Amino acid sequence: MPVDVGYAGRQYPPTAAYEVGRQKLQEFADAVGASHQAHTDPSVARALGYPDVIAPPTFAVVVAQRAEAQLFEDPAAGIDFSRVVHADERFTHHRPIHAGDRLVTVLHVDSITVRAGLAMITTRAEIASEGGEPVCTVVSTLAVRPEES
Amino acid sequence: MTLAVGDEVARREITVDRARLVRYAGASGDFNPIHWNDRVATSVGLPGVIAHGMWTMGAASGVVSDWVGDPGAVLDYQVRFTRPVPVPDPGAATIEVIAVVGALDPEAGTARIDLTVSVDGVRVLGKAQALVRLS
Repeated sequence: MPVDVGYAGRQYPPTAAYEVGRQKLQEFADAVGASHQAHTDPSVARALGYPDVIAPPTFAVVVAQRAEAQLFEDPAAGIDFSRVVHADERFTHHRPIHAGDRLVTVLHVDSITVRAGLAMITTRAEIASEGGEPVCTVVSTLAVRPEES
Repeated sequence: MTLAVGDEVARREITVDRARLVRYAGASGDFNPIHWNDRVATSVGLPGVIAHGMWTMGAASGVVSDWVGDPGAVLDYQVRFTRPVPVPDPGAATIEVIAVVGALDPEAGTARIDLTVSVDGVRVLGKAQALVRLS
């Protein structure tokens, strides 16, 4: 089934809150080799002016992909994940994510274009605090290769 | 810190093996089998297991965080994934990250750091740019 271009422009309702934990941030920082102590030592983070340990710059992908799943796991969207290649990714931080944050995400499907069977899907995850303070904008483009290749 | 466009501010080699990919899969929640299963990776036309693009992006960001001294000073960070990074078993792949000042905005107090991220001299990320707030 081809990708349904009719999903372009769609906006999903806010996700349930994702609660950011210190151990999760440490685990993620370890995995990417982010060794700055602001990720693991609350006193270092506080000395830099943050309320608690902060996330590495790409941690927001963990939060964003939970929202993106609403699109990618929707069978009607026609996105075959075995044919997906990640094309680009961008994080715009309105403020750093820190432990204790409760983050709510609204997913937007900014564009879907199909050229010669190759579908390019750009999503935008707007991550905010429960109070509505913008935290991070994550823009991601995936390429879905045609079935015959 | 006096910076000029073109200054190299950091350079680092980072190794990645299969265990690292499993760790990243768990930490990130990205369990796509092309990042841990050779059979699946080769069945979709890859040379074998490849690193998560997001692992490479994340690993490169640490170079910027350490240089600027505050990971929270990374205001914006973008990359294009241009080539896969095959991760052998046994063994490891090594990515080289070179960070250069691409632009300065003294009024905003920011610098754009351009990253060259390569494996064996071949770039694996394109347009890898981090906008950082300078203290």
